[in-house]
Amino acid sequence: MDYTAAQSGFRQQPNMRLRNSSVDGPDGSQLFDDTSAAGPGAQGVYRNQQAGPQAAGLPGQSFLSDPMSNLAMVYGSSLASQGREMVDKNLDRFIPISKLKYYFAVDTVYVGKKLGILVFPYMHESWEVCYQQDIPVAPRFDVNAPDLYIPTMGFITYILVAGLALGTQDRFSPELLGVQASSALVWLIMEVLVVLLSLYLVTVNTDLTTIDLLAFSGYKYVGMIVGVVAGLLFGKTAYYLSLLWCCAAIFVFMIRTLRLKLLSEAAAEGKLVRGARNQLRMYLTMSIAAAQPIFMYWLTYHLIR
Amino acid sequence: MAFTLYTLIQTAILCTNAIAVLHEERFLSKIGWGADQGVGGFGDDPGVKAQILNLVRSVRTVMRVPLIIVNSACIVLLMLFG
Repeated sequence: MDYTAAQSGFRQQPNMRLRNSSVDGPDGSQLFDDTSAAGPGAQGVYRNQQAGPQAAGLPGQSFLSDPMSNLAMVYGSSLASQGREMVDKNLDRFIPISKLKYYFAVDTVYVGKKLGILVFPYMHESWEVCYQQDIPVAPRFDVNAPDLYIPTMGFITYILVAGLALGTQDRFSPELLGVQASSALVWLIMEVLVVLLSLYLVTVNTDLTTIDLLAFSGYKYVGMIVGVVAGLLFGKTAYYLSLLWCCAAIFVFMIRTLRLKLLSEAAAEGKLVRGARNQLRMYLTMSIAAAQPIFMYWLTYHLIR
Repeated sequence: MAFTLYTLIQTAILCTNAIAVLHEERFLSKIGWGADQGVGGFGDDPGVKAQILNLVRSVRTVMRVPLIIVNSACIVLLMLFG
């Protein structure tokens, strides 16, 4: 396969076919680096490599060199690619793949900075998301933008760490991994649904999408992993201390992030705005932020005995 | 603590059923949650109560037929597989 040296090391090969349908940002801030100059050549190389090993793997067979079966093979592969395009097009109607791509446009620097902010948000000053002509900038260029990479990786790591913790207490069995995973997933879905419901009830005009809420709810897994690993390495006291620290950090992080999105302009700047509606929004922000530490404790306390 | 996705589906079905069985005349009007008592303030601030009433009414209207189908399927499955 052709590993082009993209700026962020992102492997471009599987995305070649979808490139035309994906949403590229405005000029100068594309979601992913454009290596389409090497496109047709790379695709030809890919297909040749696919056909090559098959022909070379059966050296004594003469039916592969038969032009009819060659034709059939080429027809089959073109049919497969057509089918795949149709599936992609139909899948895009149900799951907005192009919108999802925005949330995964991250690089190492962003992930490092974001993890630092999640654990120590007290020094970070400007929490606003940058926009570029009404389109939010990709997470790679703005450290305040929500992404789905950290929550996904955090979730998977949490399941693995939970399995490790259960294993050190001789309570492990492979089914337990599935149980932990589905439990955590169910709690996540319920939390996102409850937040959506409360946003609807309070009639907040915000540009928070469901995927944004999913991203924000997924950030607590980082703190949970830190707590459980500290508990595994250094014992129960370390677990409680690090969990306390991470709970406070997530609380502050959520308040500062949601304040800008949920509250009105004046209230977000810290001035006291009276009025029932603003108070309701303030309570909503506080309760969303307070739910995070509760979930963090609920999902990890049974792992440390 | 062992939640599964199936419990989530069960919870959703039970909650939607609970909202759908609220009767308009016999119950909702009696406690002041009727369909005509929610529309108070026009303008950009409907208020929490109006939103809840709206939600209840729309769930009852929209989910009536799908709930019949889903409940029948649940009954059949539970009878067959316990």
